[in-house]
Amino acid sequence: MSILEVRDLGVAFGPIHPLSGVNFSIKKGETLGIVGESGSGKSLTAMSIMGLLPLFGGRITSGSINFDGQDLTKLTDRAWRKLRGGRIGLITQNPMTSLNPLQKIGPQVDEVAILHLGMSRAQARTRTVEILGTLRIPEPEATCNRYPHQMSGGMKQRIVIAMALAAKPDALIADEPTTALDVTVQAQIIRLLDDLVKKRDLALVLITHDMSVIAQTCDKVVVMYAGRAIEQGPVATIFESPHHPYTQALIGCIPHGLAENERLNRIKGTVPTVMNYPKGCPFHPRCPRAATICSTTQPQFASVGESSAACHFVIGDAS
Amino acid sequence: MLLKYTFHRFLMLIPVSISISFVIFMIVYLLPGDPIDNLIRVGSSPEARERLTAKYGLDKPLLTQYFVWMGNMLRGDFGDAIVLRRPVADLIKQNLPYSLTLGGLAFAFSSVVGIILGTISAIVKNPIMERFFRGFILLGSTVPGFWLALLMILLFSVTLGWFPVSGAGSWQALVLPVLTIGFGGIALVARVTRVALLDVWRADFVKLLYAKGLSGRAILFKHLLPHAMLPVVTILALRIGWILGGAITVEFVFGRPGLGSLLIRALSQRDYPVVQGSLLMLALAVMLGTLIGDIAQAAMDPRVREEKS
Amino acid sequence: MNVFTIRDRWMNALARSSIRRAFSSGIGMVSGGFLIILVLTAIFAPWITPFDYAAQNLANSNAPPGWPHLLGTDEFGRDVLSRVIYGARTSLSVSATAIAISVSVGMTLGAAAGYFGGAFERMVMTVVDLTWSFPDILIALIFVAILGPGLTSTTFAIAIAYLAQFTRLTRAQIVRLKQETFIEATINLGARPAHILLRHLLPNAVAPVIVAGMLAIGDGIILEATLGFFGLGAQPPTPSWGAMMSSGSAQLFLSPWILIFPGVAVAVTVIAINLFGDELIRALDIRDRMREA
Repeated sequence: MSILEVRDLGVAFGPIHPLSGVNFSIKKGETLGIVGESGSGKSLTAMSIMGLLPLFGGRITSGSINFDGQDLTKLTDRAWRKLRGGRIGLITQNPMTSLNPLQKIGPQVDEVAILHLGMSRAQARTRTVEILGTLRIPEPEATCNRYPHQMSGGMKQRIVIAMALAAKPDALIADEPTTALDVTVQAQIIRLLDDLVKKRDLALVLITHDMSVIAQTCDKVVVMYAGRAIEQGPVATIFESPHHPYTQALIGCIPHGLAENERLNRIKGTVPTVMNYPKGCPFHPRCPRAATICSTTQPQFASVGESSAACHFVIGDAS
Repeated sequence: MLLKYTFHRFLMLIPVSISISFVIFMIVYLLPGDPIDNLIRVGSSPEARERLTAKYGLDKPLLTQYFVWMGNMLRGDFGDAIVLRRPVADLIKQNLPYSLTLGGLAFAFSSVVGIILGTISAIVKNPIMERFFRGFILLGSTVPGFWLALLMILLFSVTLGWFPVSGAGSWQALVLPVLTIGFGGIALVARVTRVALLDVWRADFVKLLYAKGLSGRAILFKHLLPHAMLPVVTILALRIGWILGGAITVEFVFGRPGLGSLLIRALSQRDYPVVQGSLLMLALAVMLGTLIGDIAQAAMDPRVREEKS
Repeated sequence: MNVFTIRDRWMNALARSSIRRAFSSGIGMVSGGFLIILVLTAIFAPWITPFDYAAQNLANSNAPPGWPHLLGTDEFGRDVLSRVIYGARTSLSVSATAIAISVSVGMTLGAAAGYFGGAFERMVMTVVDLTWSFPDILIALIFVAILGPGLTSTTFAIAIAYLAQFTRLTRAQIVRLKQETFIEATINLGARPAHILLRHLLPNAVAPVIVAGMLAIGDGIILEATLGFFGLGAQPPTPSWGAMMSSGSAQLFLSPWILIFPGVAVAVTVIAINLFGDELIRALDIRDRMREA
């Protein structure tokens, strides 16, 4: 039974529609990866699910977000506040600036438990120390009394994760949790998240631009481009037989077994800006297989075996 | 950590204080004529002159004199006023409370009102307000303080008769002086508060605060305001000196007792012991105020405490 | 002709067109125009004033504004308008002179501090910061105490009171520019420090300081007026706005115009300076460089 179901999500900022037609669902204990280049709309999807769009001046224009039976697009402010942090936790991208620099670590994490679980300060502190321990932060009690600027990036990210977990949520949304970290630390955090999902039966939506991360941890994946989902399915299937040319190109970009002088693969061209989404299939200017129909008509999603893709060649109407 | 910072800042004050006290000490020597003529009344007896010479060591080298002078000052002996023939220390003790009251009230008034106005304008998010503030600040910093004071007297005391024209008899007498000093300050504090709040609101960690499920009001009061207070405290600390300057003028215009009017009267009367004494006290007040401001900043922002600047 | 001369010339052209741009906005036109008229009035005062500013006419003392005395007369029957115009002369010249001195000294100190760095920089900045936290009136009063009342002490007072900001600004600019690559290139080419400072660093650092100087003239005018009000500035018979307001305060109940008009003159002048200064900052696009740290 899916705990989170996104159907046909469309988002607008004033007259601009950066996101449209996003569909996916996720169960507890599953990890769903959303992958795409910068500007593909991944973060916007995360913000929509958390109901934080109005903060940036955006609004949901179409579709529904179903969480455990509730349609989030129709939620009141009060209900949202219970949900955020309480049942869905957010892990943000840049740990260096995500914590309040003026407050000690302890109170920042305690706040969540006090707010959502009705704990007293002492109880919340116990819980905080416990969580910090499970996240393998050394000296949890001492850490509670430190300030964010006294900690490293990796540590800060763990604290952000702690804040997301404190109220025993059912789902976690991780928006590029490792992008701003060193490679070694990245691996640790990814493993940590993986652990959490399995041990606590969480649903994790992992947003990243790194295909290798997807390969390591996710069960399902949604590939996004220019504000649209263009392919999705189980990770194994997508990696073995990607159907959309973009997905194929992305996988082709993962460096492996390169000889010293070999060049890295790249996708020609650049990601279109929100103002300039191409007509028809958004990828067609950069697609090596583009046909005439690709520049005029938006391809619909069509199933191919276990996955589905939005490509005219997959649908079968390209000549 | 905080103690170390305070101590460090305090240490830095010492060379500053010494330099300033030296400058003030030198006043009597930079003036034309014999220093002793500036410290004593015209037509004093030779014995009185001798006594003074002995007391201040006026026949000894300059540096020794400075130390003697400083020694006296530190013991609370500021010399005797020429015109009023009383110990300067007495005059200062008499006038200091008035200045402190006026300065303190003006500071509190402009800070509190400024912060409230600034917060309101940030929440309400009105671009017209921004222009209004800029105009207000412009007026506050370009209108000579004493002129404003006199206009206020003209309007509120003479025409409307609401407040007394001068003196320090009642609390009503404080209203116009405090308003005059605070006038320019309110707009500045409000503007800084508003800008700081709007800036902080855009910071990264605010996103996470909303994600935690906190209400807008909780975020504002528990997280945003403390953050916004940082630049505000900086500005307030800087304004302590400014308020003091304003107090000097306002005391004079409203005929209130205080260090400021004491100083100005002494200057016109060339009563140099009084001049030196009150200058020293005022300089001290500025330095103390700045120090308190610095410490307050460090207390609020843990990052500042680590800097050695 | 080398790459640096081209850059300097380009900077000059930029400055000139920026001044034109400052004048092109509505506010810029009005404030800038006002300032030009003010300066011209001050210069041509002897030919413009309707009456002799010192001519007393006790029969017509304390006359309200009207004809022929457009702004009324003071307690000695002197024409207020003429005195206000002459007061402009005093205020503007004193303030401008003082600021000119202040800017020169400040720029030299700041440039040296920024360029040489180290202990020298720290020493200079500590001394300068001393004046920074003090209210300008207090510094002015110290000078009056030493030099006695009058225009000399006023000039010194203004110069020292605002010295700090010019030093800090220049130093900040120099420090910023020192790190730019074209300076590195010049050093690598073997140029001497003085040459680097004069031909490359200073011209680029000048703009914010000049604008700050202009704004400081406004503050100087207020300071001069305040001192005059206390009777510690320009001494009679030199007309000064502050002194006029001082005697005007004694006549506050009978003839408030003696107080009001000089004050309006100060306020309007300083407002115009501030508005035009702001327009200049916008036109030159140096708002970020106006920071001092």
